[in-house]
Amino acid sequence: MKDWTQEPAHTIAEAVRSGQVTARLVAEQHLAAIARRNDLLNAYTDITASRALARADAIDAARAQGQPLPPLAGVPFAVKNLFDVDGLVTRAGSKINRDHAPSQQDATLVTRMEAAGAVLLGALNMGEYAYDFTGRNAHDGNSLNPHDTARMTGGSSGGSGGAAAAGLAAITLGSDTNGSIRVPASLCGLFGLKPSYGGLSRAGTFPFIASLDHVGPLARSVKDLALAYDAMRGADPLDPVCTGGTAAPVTPALDTGIKGLRIARAGGYFTRMGEAQAFAAVDLVARALGAERSVEFPEAHRARAAAFIITMIEGSALHRDRIRARPADFDPEVRDRLIAGAMLPGDWYVKAQKFRRWFQAEALKLFSQTDLILAPATPTSAPLVDQQTFVLDGQTLPVRPNLGIFTQPISFIGLPVVTVPVWPEQGMPIGVQIIAAPGKEALALRAAHWLESQRIVHAKPAS
Amino acid sequence: MNDATEVDVKAYADTMAKALGLPLTAEYAPQVEANLAVAFRLVQLVLDFPLPDEAEPAPVFAAHGGEA
Repeated sequence: MKDWTQEPAHTIAEAVRSGQVTARLVAEQHLAAIARRNDLLNAYTDITASRALARADAIDAARAQGQPLPPLAGVPFAVKNLFDVDGLVTRAGSKINRDHAPSQQDATLVTRMEAAGAVLLGALNMGEYAYDFTGRNAHDGNSLNPHDTARMTGGSSGGSGGAAAAGLAAITLGSDTNGSIRVPASLCGLFGLKPSYGGLSRAGTFPFIASLDHVGPLARSVKDLALAYDAMRGADPLDPVCTGGTAAPVTPALDTGIKGLRIARAGGYFTRMGEAQAFAAVDLVARALGAERSVEFPEAHRARAAAFIITMIEGSALHRDRIRARPADFDPEVRDRLIAGAMLPGDWYVKAQKFRRWFQAEALKLFSQTDLILAPATPTSAPLVDQQTFVLDGQTLPVRPNLGIFTQPISFIGLPVVTVPVWPEQGMPIGVQIIAAPGKEALALRAAHWLESQRIVHAKPAS
Repeated sequence: MNDATEVDVKAYADTMAKALGLPLTAEYAPQVEANLAVAFRLVQLVLDFPLPDEAEPAPVFAAHGGEA
């Protein structure tokens, strides 16, 4: 029997629509794979098996009645456990939020994915309150990288990376405040889409940093990212930041190639503080795309610092009461950052937000001459699960905050990014960011799809 | 003043924890202080960057609600 857990979402949807396979069999195979492998990988914290099977049966019944099926018919998906799922407690990676009552409705994006035919399998492990780049979690256990279980998934959308890379879901949803989709996509060898700030609704997700929070998909093919994005796009009155995303769907233009795209690589800051593999991956992608020029995001190091400070202060403000009342119930790696953040002066925050506007204006100038900018996604491939430090440019640095040094300046100003996975001949994958102007997700997806079609980049399920 | 090398982060943490009612136990203190040292070092990059008094912060309030 064909193993549908190894197939990308668009292949599954086509097979369900054509009657080659039932949505129920696809769901059952994924649930069986989760039962077999989740104890090791720690990707799922909640499994919604009966909901999934009921949903799959409804799709099969609709087909039997001759009804047209939607674009993601029968596609198994799962969500980072900061998304509300009706009947589940939204734990947001924490112990404390488990005391909350179960959600009584789904997050907007869960509703939209199901409306497009996708089948929810459950909720996924994450770093506590999303303050994390490693996928470690003191309460639920660490997410492990399916391509090498001695290594971390990256975070904070760790289970989202692990589940998609292991074939325990065809599409996963994560959140990305400073890199939390792009880091696990890089470390787990996946495609990831962090849309423009405000591009997809965050309604019904537990927040982290309101100024910087994004949500988006991870998957094993670019077409799957595009289909998921199109299923989820659109304004949402429940999220005042959400403007509805791109003006048009992104899937129809996927196959139009790279002709006419002006592509450059990011210089300066983005050429330092990484291992050779990170820069070799950018070289490979840049050569394939004919990107010969470099452009420089001015003062990118200050942008990273400002994002870091905004994150400390807004994060501590969000958790003010919890950190006083229940400090022992936090993951220690998160707690100590939040306590420190609660001590920082207000003028730091205001200056960081003023700098953000300056940096945005300067970065947008780059896009008058350029459509896409390439940069490494992470400074290294996946570190060992418990690794605390690494050496970058001769400096020994803590892993947890520094896995995001290349992602943080970009999300700081809300630019859309597609992360594409590059595999060395041996060893672990690493990602390259394809960065576009706000609202230009379609261009980054086009380039990523072309790279995938040329086998320059690819994802593969770890079995 | 804000240079991490000049700031006594231990004294700062002790004072702020007392003033703000933050839980700073002996167990938490070393990592809280380490995080403070990083913050003091990084913020210098932001504070040192000259911006005019008229510079607007990135978030813009709109009286009619929604986007500015």
